[in-house]
Amino acid sequence: MTSPSEIRVPLWRDDRFWKIVFQIVVAALVFGLLALFIGNLNENMRRQGLQFSFNFLRNSASFSIGESLIPYSPSNTYIRAFLVGILNTLRVILVGFVLTTLLGVLAGVASFSDNWLLRKLSVVYVEIVRNTPLLLQLIFWYFPVFLSLPDARNRLVLPGPIFASKNGIYLPWPAQGPLFWVWLATLVGLAIAAWLVVQQRTRAMVERAASGRPQQRILIGIGVAALLVLVVAMNWQGPQAGEAANQITGGLRLSLEYLAILVGLVVYTGAFIAEIVRSGIQSVSKGQWEAARSLGLKSGQSMQLVVLPQALRVIIPPLNSQYMNLAKNSSLGLAIGYPDIFSVSQTSLNQTGRPLEVFMLMGSIYLLANLVISLIMNTLNRSVQFKER
Amino acid sequence: MTATSPTTAPLRGPQPTPIAWLQKNLFNSWFNSILTLVLGGILAWALINLVTWALTDARWEVIPANLPLYFVGRYPSDQYWRLWIALGLISALAGLSWGVLARNVSFLFTRGALIILGVLAVIGVLMPTPPLYRFLTVSLILICAVTAWLGRSLARQLPNLGQWLSLGWIASFFVVLWLISGGLGLPPVSTNAWTGLLLTLLLSVVSTVLSFPLGVILALGRQSSLPVVRWLSTIYIELVRGVPLLAILFMGQVMIPLFLPEGARPDRVVRAIAALTLFTAAYLAENVRGGLQAIPRGQVEAARSLGLNTPLTMGFIVLPQALKIAIPAIVGQFISLFQDTTLVSIVGLLELLGISRAIISTPPFIGLTRETYLFIGLLYWVLCYSMSIGSRKIEEKLHTGH
Repeated sequence: MTSPSEIRVPLWRDDRFWKIVFQIVVAALVFGLLALFIGNLNENMRRQGLQFSFNFLRNSASFSIGESLIPYSPSNTYIRAFLVGILNTLRVILVGFVLTTLLGVLAGVASFSDNWLLRKLSVVYVEIVRNTPLLLQLIFWYFPVFLSLPDARNRLVLPGPIFASKNGIYLPWPAQGPLFWVWLATLVGLAIAAWLVVQQRTRAMVERAASGRPQQRILIGIGVAALLVLVVAMNWQGPQAGEAANQITGGLRLSLEYLAILVGLVVYTGAFIAEIVRSGIQSVSKGQWEAARSLGLKSGQSMQLVVLPQALRVIIPPLNSQYMNLAKNSSLGLAIGYPDIFSVSQTSLNQTGRPLEVFMLMGSIYLLANLVISLIMNTLNRSVQFKER
Repeated sequence: MTATSPTTAPLRGPQPTPIAWLQKNLFNSWFNSILTLVLGGILAWALINLVTWALTDARWEVIPANLPLYFVGRYPSDQYWRLWIALGLISALAGLSWGVLARNVSFLFTRGALIILGVLAVIGVLMPTPPLYRFLTVSLILICAVTAWLGRSLARQLPNLGQWLSLGWIASFFVVLWLISGGLGLPPVSTNAWTGLLLTLLLSVVSTVLSFPLGVILALGRQSSLPVVRWLSTIYIELVRGVPLLAILFMGQVMIPLFLPEGARPDRVVRAIAALTLFTAAYLAENVRGGLQAIPRGQVEAARSLGLNTPLTMGFIVLPQALKIAIPAIVGQFISLFQDTTLVSIVGLLELLGISRAIISTPPFIGLTRETYLFIGLLYWVLCYSMSIGSRKIEEKLHTGH
């Protein structure tokens, strides 16, 4: 490819020269355009008497927020208001990730069921949800569905007890206190122990053709212990009605706005995850099943040891973008009045008249959230990818 | 996925009796039997409730009373003829394209096509609108059918009709925009009157068309070997993809006037189109990049060894193949943009969802949320579902294979 050095290529025929010139031109264009915009921005802000600064964050926010996980009052600073918004967003997306994964995997696996009704139901669910706008679905969940609950006076009482009314839905919840955290830690410990035992049991069964009975007994023991902790030790407190009709103490209150955004996002994202799971399982060839079965693995084992690890390789990369979509779509809470970070930013924007600072803050929060999701999912992805010898 | 050719249908055994079918598909184990009974019970209960509500409690009059509002919003009614001409133009082009794509098929009007046309015609006839509009709707369907037949017979004589047709689509974009907005001899219609489904379609089509050049440039930039170009493209794509569309729409409404010199203040529809375009370009770039990555290296090397330089290689060899591969993804992108245009209702534009919310907050129709949302939900569903089916068909037709 290289020309002999004695033949001097004129500069304007040299590829490398043009590459550099092209890059300089592109950079000059982009930065020129940016400079123009920023110049206009400075000019416009100067005319409005604004100066770029984040000092406003220390001022009192003086707006109230519908619901908050931490104590908040309008006299608190903007920083605290943003923190409330971030926590509210996190509350939606973290619970949303868990529920939408469950729903998506269920619906995806259901499309392989040998039950005709279940199969069709999974297809209908996916096709309805994917072909209607998310915002319409959220509005539908909020206005016609959740807001059609009776008012606080005539609340629905479901077994549990669960109270449902326009004021929100009240669920039984473990009593708060140091003991609660101890028992929660015990549950996590039991779950880890169970996982280790299952691993050992599988290894014993596959490698040494052991029966797996002793481990099974341990597993049953762990299950009983966990059930006891859950039911008895956690000290569940149901909501209790006070004298006034809308005065309810105890239990966990979920506002209708929170429920609408959560259910809407979970149902919407679940349909996309169902499609991903379906195509992931489909991508594993039938021969893998047959080979696993002919090696003597049971149906559940071949799913767990042979098919699922291969399907996960196809499933996890697109899951990443679905989780990111869920995080980004949580901003639509604005439309139904859920005070997430987007809605708090919006109110702050209207109060301070500082679009640049507020948008930079909000944008970087979403970028950070997406970055964290990507990092976690990439780590997960690396752990399931095919390891070349 | 293996492609099955439509001519070799699998041999069918004798049809199973209904009882045997039920036993095999619904009641083949005790678990499945319980599942079927529970699911069937819930479904039947929900369906019965829905049907009773729809037939007794529902106040459907909100739909026929506001039908023009849903579709064209506040567009002046004495200018409706311009929209009808635009629709006629699009139907004719759609029919011609159908005919050209189906030029090698022996039966143009298969059973499926006839059913679709028939259903559309029945909807057109039964629409609760003045007779003139029903007549016009049915004529649109006829135009489509006639031009399809015409297109097929023409395509058999003129093999390069397809290229002219692409040109026709591009020209029609500008003609339709001119018909809608006016000017050049037509009385202008202000963008404030662009509402309803008309605005939804305009926003999605115009933003997709405008984002196309930017998206292709960004995709090429991200694949480029030049570090400055690659980094700038990557930063743009990742920044836009990391932020919610709603944030970009708000930025479009609030920040665009700040970035422009004093006095230049584009109206709200233009700002929304700008925001949607900048947003779509980043996603489109990723779709096109997928197509670019699917082109084997040999194609580039072959082009270079024929003496083509980089722009020519890209323009004549790589991009045409990459775009063809990317068509399904681009159509998917369009469908999701079509759904995402609902977000502009939050920034105060009255597209289909926005105008519906406006309708159910005006006196005679206050609180008719279920009826309205079910109706526009159905409208969105029909449009998106037919687009995805259509894209699958086009994909099959274009799949020439290598």
